[in-house]
Amino acid sequence: MAQYVVLIYENESDYAAASPEVYGEVMDAHNRFAKEVTARGGTIAGGNALQGTDTATSIRGDVVTDGPFVETKEALGGFYLIEADDLDQAIKIAAMVPARFGGVEVRPVMVMPEG
Amino acid sequence: MTTADDVNHALADAHRHEWAQVLAATVRVAGDLDLAQECAQDAYLSALQTWRRDGIPRNPGAWLTTTARRKALDSHRRAAMLRARLPLLIDPGDTSRSGRSGDGSPFPEKQLVEMDEIPDDRLRLVFTCCHPALAREAQVALTLRLVCGLTTEQIAHAFLVSESTMAARVTRAKKKISGARIPYRVPEAHELPARLDAVLTTMHLVFSTGHSAPTGDALVRPELVDRAIELCRVLADLMPDEREVRGLLALMLITDARRTTRLDEAGDLVLLEDQDRSRWDHAAIEQGRVMVREAWRGGRPGRFVIQAAIATLHAEAPTFADTEWKQIVDLYDLLLLAWPSPVVALNRVVAVGFLSGPQAGLVELDKLELEAGRALSTYHYLPATRADFLRRLGSTQAAAASYRLALALVENGVERVFLEHRLAALLTP
Repeated sequence: MAQYVVLIYENESDYAAASPEVYGEVMDAHNRFAKEVTARGGTIAGGNALQGTDTATSIRGDVVTDGPFVETKEALGGFYLIEADDLDQAIKIAAMVPARFGGVEVRPVMVMPEG
Repeated sequence: MTTADDVNHALADAHRHEWAQVLAATVRVAGDLDLAQECAQDAYLSALQTWRRDGIPRNPGAWLTTTARRKALDSHRRAAMLRARLPLLIDPGDTSRSGRSGDGSPFPEKQLVEMDEIPDDRLRLVFTCCHPALAREAQVALTLRLVCGLTTEQIAHAFLVSESTMAARVTRAKKKISGARIPYRVPEAHELPARLDAVLTTMHLVFSTGHSAPTGDALVRPELVDRAIELCRVLADLMPDEREVRGLLALMLITDARRTTRLDEAGDLVLLEDQDRSRWDHAAIEQGRVMVREAWRGGRPGRFVIQAAIATLHAEAPTFADTEWKQIVDLYDLLLLAWPSPVVALNRVVAVGFLSGPQAGLVELDKLELEAGRALSTYHYLPATRADFLRRLGSTQAAAASYRLALALVENGVERVFLEHRLAALLTP
């Protein structure tokens, strides 16, 4: 078993323009995703949705600036921490993550050698 | 008495034909691509001395595999610190993973069985090298390095990049395989079509890079063509029910059957219509033709089977004038459904030009340029096709302009000379 983080990148302006129904659908989709993963024997070890990049503050050295670290059309908006046997299983789970206004990136978590 | 020559010959032969199997079987013991590669190389080195002393074993592949696996096992035993190392290659079939055997190897010694019990792992190796999580160029580099056993220098030369660039590419890909835990396995049935397509695309890319080198002075890079055909043969043996594998093999055989007629004595390009058909490799064509016929049956043919069928029609025509252009255009229509690519569409337009004449071809070409001009904007065959239609229509000035456009894009030396000759012939009355 290994841990992977699924980073969700989506277009924030699409969400800003979305109706309350769309928000409801997205919430439902995430709840369904969690159930589906469990039903298939996978494990979600954690995860969160983030507030928008307009609430982000970046710090480089001792310079504090308003805004995300990197300006992109599709911004990091949330993540899941999942457990999977290998990349194939991780991709299968990640492909189920709802991201209607963008997509996701899978990154293996670094394992530190036991001292 | 075994001479040094005998041994060298046997070793070269074993490298060409057994390398992938030796490496693939060693990966399972090593649990790590780099270590496996080292051990396989060591085994070939040991063979050089041992075979001279004791003679060439009856089954060189088995000897090499057993030796390489033993070296991998020894290495695990020696390096007790490896115990702390992460499991680098994920073998889903391995249930002992959680509780490693006492010698530090991911596999207990009793699994180091005789050759005839070692399962054929070459498919696992191929599918791991062509995993979709790796970039296409990394898939190609890894396949040539690990499955075909080419050196980094050879691969770098074939793709005209520096050796350090190619080495970095291979290293990065291997690092991703272990870091992201790309599993060492053959995909399950339901994922096989997509995964196999990636493998075939990689092999086709190796072949076509060898067949018509996109850059450089040589038109053909035979080492790539030969390795692609060999690997495809292995795959066809290991996956006899996969029609697309046979289709690709047939396509390669029939296309490569024309190799010796594609250049004249001066080293200049000879077009299909001017090639000496009696010098084509008719045995290879026949082999391919039988494969296409078999692969065509049993449902909708895939893109490689259709391409092979097109190649067959070209190969079967006794003369260029006798080519069945109608059937070829029909097959291109079918191919576009299976594989909607602008390059396929351009090839179809060329066939239309021979079926219905250059004027009809030009009309189709205009349509294509409107739809897919952007995707083909750096593809020199696009203006070259237009130039040829215009030349055949007698529009000298317009044809010359298109040849110049093609010349600005072409990167292969032999094709450049061909286009220059065409342009020169056009301008000399």
